[in-house]
Amino acid sequence: MTQFTTFIKKEFYHVLRDRKTLLILFGMPVVQILIFGFALTNEVKNSKIVIADEAKDEVSTAIIRKIEASRYFEIEKAVANRQQIETVFKEGKVKVALLFPANFSKDLLHQNKAQVQILADATDPNHATALTNYLSSILQDYQSELNENQAIPYRIVPETRMLYNPQLKGAHNFVPGVMALVLMLVCVMMTAISIVKEKETGTMEVLLVSPFKPVLVILSKAIPYLILSLVNVGSILLLSVFVLDLPINGSLPLLLAESTLFIITCLTLGIFISIKTASQQTAMLISLMGMLLPTMLFSGFMFPIENMPIPLQVISNIIPAKWYYLIVKDIMIKGLGFEAIWKETLILVGITLFLFAISLKSFKIRLA
Amino acid sequence: MENHKNGRGEEVSIRADKLTKQYGDFIAANAISFEVYKGEIFGFLGANGAGKTTAMRMLCGLSTPSSGSATIAGFDVYKETEEIKKNIGYMSQKFSLYEDLTILENIRFYGGIYGLSRGELREKSAALIARLGLQGEANKLVASLPLGWKQKLAFSVAVLHQPRIVFLDEPTGGVDPVTRRQFWDLIYQAADQGVTIFVTTHYMDEAEYCNRISIMVDGSIAALDTPHRLKQQFGVASMDEVFYQLAREAKRADG
Repeated sequence: MTQFTTFIKKEFYHVLRDRKTLLILFGMPVVQILIFGFALTNEVKNSKIVIADEAKDEVSTAIIRKIEASRYFEIEKAVANRQQIETVFKEGKVKVALLFPANFSKDLLHQNKAQVQILADATDPNHATALTNYLSSILQDYQSELNENQAIPYRIVPETRMLYNPQLKGAHNFVPGVMALVLMLVCVMMTAISIVKEKETGTMEVLLVSPFKPVLVILSKAIPYLILSLVNVGSILLLSVFVLDLPINGSLPLLLAESTLFIITCLTLGIFISIKTASQQTAMLISLMGMLLPTMLFSGFMFPIENMPIPLQVISNIIPAKWYYLIVKDIMIKGLGFEAIWKETLILVGITLFLFAISLKSFKIRLA
Repeated sequence: MENHKNGRGEEVSIRADKLTKQYGDFIAANAISFEVYKGEIFGFLGANGAGKTTAMRMLCGLSTPSSGSATIAGFDVYKETEEIKKNIGYMSQKFSLYEDLTILENIRFYGGIYGLSRGELREKSAALIARLGLQGEANKLVASLPLGWKQKLAFSVAVLHQPRIVFLDEPTGGVDPVTRRQFWDLIYQAADQGVTIFVTTHYMDEAEYCNRISIMVDGSIAALDTPHRLKQQFGVASMDEVFYQLAREAKRADG
């Protein structure tokens, strides 16, 4: 056991002394999250809006003026009703619309409460969310101005409808995607490289001649990367909760457990690559081309699997990241429990065991 | 160990008997037989591809022989590889230290995986650093050491756990003859303390430092004796010529 800890300590020295790699290791997830989170949710400025004012009264006119004055919106045109809104949407230039019902101010004055409808073209969910949020806050502003000298407050209730993509699919899907991507990269590539490096420098031979068990050599290589990867999972989750406002709807321990499982899958994959390759360059190329690319293409994170041709859909099933991506999405976004993901979990376990078995076998062949 | 003695009462450290390794049709090591005695410096020579590395890997327990038998420190290469590993040290041509670890960390790591206790490690690493005169350097990265020092350190690390036999695979590649001579002083010190040295080399000046040498040609041992007697036998003045006479008969391509 002390031999084992000696070995793990040494692995940490390697990792912690290689500043450049360390920077990539911990910087990458942060950068990816920020890029995906912000670069893709472009700030909304002068967005075109259509307004259907069926009320045409004092209050609706005041609100329209307020929208016009804001730097976020530019009124494209005024239309008469809901049908016309959809026609405009289909032209594709306008992404959001506001609809005042006919008896808007009457409701507001007599019942102290009136509804407006916000319609958004949600094919780009991030954009749609941003637009509806801005619009709601303008309404909110107007409402509080209205209520300044008012005993019984008026309430303007916006009813938001996301057209074409009601569940906002794809909105925050990138967080589970980035998690799968980062773990794949860190675990597969880093483990593969660190083991192959020992082969290249000749230290592996010395280790194999020592009484230290070969299997333990491999295991103690994997443990530091397991820990580092968990740190990465932590930092991604913190960023998504506190910077992107994407809460973890399901159970955190379950999410961490599933992540650990996926990390182990990736580590096994990295070990397998390292056994089969002889140089760091080859190991890196195989990890990048052979692992990262399929992960991006087939995990469903960038391209929806259900739109792919059948043969590609079949191939996607052997990509571990696909299953992890589904699991994380279910836990984080849909807030589901283990009963919803046990099948995916089982598949991941299966892939891991399979990889572990063939790694062990080829490792033994190499030794003989 | 008492039952591992030869006729002259010398203790046998390594005994190989018709040791063979075959890969498909290719016989990398063909029925090699020899004995190495305790405290002896045994040189293992041969052109590239002659089968030195294959033979050495079998003796270290890194690969299983196809046929023949061998004992290392009295342990069988088929059944007792774990015991063999505890009793041997190994240094490869790449001197196998971690460049991004300090001298002290390297010593502690290698001592650690051989199961030395904390106390032993502290004591031995201090003694080793003092012997090599590296007191000021102990916390510097190995990468900053000159090649000659790295090799001396690698050798000292290979014998840290007091093995009975040390295998050195072309340990002095790339250093000048003076540094090589200094390196050999360390080898002599170890041999004087009863450690058996098994060394492969390309350098004929190094061959002269060995007690006995064997020369492998095409997977077989073509000659085995003291450097002095080999020179007599071939009627030449230097080991270079002995080697050349044997090696030019080789049929295997240099590789």
